[in-house]
Amino acid sequence: MADPILSLRNIDKNFGGIEVLRDVSFEVASGSRHALIGPNGAGKTTLFNVISGVYTPDGGSIQLQGKDLADVPSRHRIGLGMARSFQNIRLMPHLSVIENVMLGQHARPGLLRLLRPVGMMPGAHERSEALELLNTFGLDPHRGQVVGNLPYGVRKKIEVVRALMSNPKLLLLDEPAAGLNASETATLRDFLIDVSSRGISLLVVEHDMPFVNALCDHVTVMNFGERIFDGPASSVRQSKAVLEAYLGGETGDSNAA
Amino acid sequence: MSGYMSGLIAILGINVIFAYGIYVTAAAGQLNLGGAGFQAIGAYACALLSATYGISIFWTLVFSTLVGAAIGFLIAFPILRTRGVYMVLATFAFAEVVVGIILNSELLGGSMGLIVSDYIEWQSILWTTIGVIIFVFYLMSTPLGLAMRAVHDDEAVATIMGVNNRAIQVGAFALGGALAGLSGALYAYYFGFVEVQYFNAFLSIFVLLYVLIGGTQTAWGPLIGATFFTLIPEALRMGEDWRFLIFGVLIVVMMIIRPEGIVTRDALDRIWLKLKPQTNDGAPNG
Repeated sequence: MADPILSLRNIDKNFGGIEVLRDVSFEVASGSRHALIGPNGAGKTTLFNVISGVYTPDGGSIQLQGKDLADVPSRHRIGLGMARSFQNIRLMPHLSVIENVMLGQHARPGLLRLLRPVGMMPGAHERSEALELLNTFGLDPHRGQVVGNLPYGVRKKIEVVRALMSNPKLLLLDEPAAGLNASETATLRDFLIDVSSRGISLLVVEHDMPFVNALCDHVTVMNFGERIFDGPASSVRQSKAVLEAYLGGETGDSNAA
Repeated sequence: MSGYMSGLIAILGINVIFAYGIYVTAAAGQLNLGGAGFQAIGAYACALLSATYGISIFWTLVFSTLVGAAIGFLIAFPILRTRGVYMVLATFAFAEVVVGIILNSELLGGSMGLIVSDYIEWQSILWTTIGVIIFVFYLMSTPLGLAMRAVHDDEAVATIMGVNNRAIQVGAFALGGALAGLSGALYAYYFGFVEVQYFNAFLSIFVLLYVLIGGTQTAWGPLIGATFFTLIPEALRMGEDWRFLIFGVLIVVMMIIRPEGIVTRDALDRIWLKLKPQTNDGAPNG
């Protein structure tokens, strides 16, 4: 892997003596669509929270395009090109769709920019950029609505659009397909392939394996806080460790994969 | 204009500015039940500056506002260490401390109060109020105002989106202290006399109710809330002894039928759609 956008080295994380992440290392190649899978409780969401700075790791290092993130507070990471979505949708319930999306512009450089009365300027470029992105993904009919009242699948997409508004290089998506029906999942897959074609690398936590197979080119598998597989999506089914993790099994055979 | 009407406009203006002082912190997610303390600081700063140092009215108002801002800024640090109902109690305690200090200070007149040596007309209060309303509407239309509302809704996600929660919350307290201080200074000038008994817990509760009943989702809320609370008791005067009962019942009814405040985003959207039924293009707040 010549040019990783994100590299994780020996990440450890404990909560009160319980090891939630143990020595997790892998790299996300620039421009790839990388899946992070594993059974419930494997530590995937915790790892996302460590990467985005919600939690501080107890050991190991994280680099975004070669820059060490140890001393970068959570709120500065979006400015470096890392944006994320959440497992349970976390849009601002009292803001309208376009306001939620425009919040994604907050981390752009320039302090005076924050004092422009954008809400009173119908032609402001902040607004037209947000509208354009909403338009691209067919969401503009909802632009003025307060998000609390919108259907689940729509809110899920808005969360991704909000993350995209920050012009990220790496997009972290935590279970984007969860709770979607088959047609919504297919729409989301095409949407993410489109996102990826804009040169944005994806790291996706997901349980829906057909979705992962259709979207991702590289897979990392975790179980009990450890990385048990890392390789091309095509070879994940051949890994004994992965099969054991998912199907349960012969614990005696520990020299798998 | 009759003395009654001009007095009503002056009180309305003071209440609206005061309400915006509480609103700016509420918009960023913090309830301030110490409003009377901040208003007292502005009022006493004004009385002291005008009487002792003989500074012009304009500069006294500016300094009183700045004193309110400085106290709001400083008090934000201990208060923001608390959460939820404890924060409400901490702001309440702050107001009690302010009252205690004034009562025990000879310089501030103790329980006797202070006489203010200058006087302003209701027109000055009206113009100042209009200026404050425009300022708050402007603030809430900026990305900064959007960030404040984001902090209100979800601090953790606001952080991920790059918002400096701490700076927003401290700034909101400083701005809230400034506006409450300004309202106190206007009060001192208009009534010509400040006494600590006026700045009691009921005042703090009432101004917080202006904001909560009016609604914290938009900058219209405090304006509507303060107007409602200032004018309704006046309109009920003919009811004599019954007016406080009727007023209390009205508050409870409001809380039942409009739990998020009189003015909400949904309500504004509906009004907008009625005015422009053919399309919702160009809706002002997106």
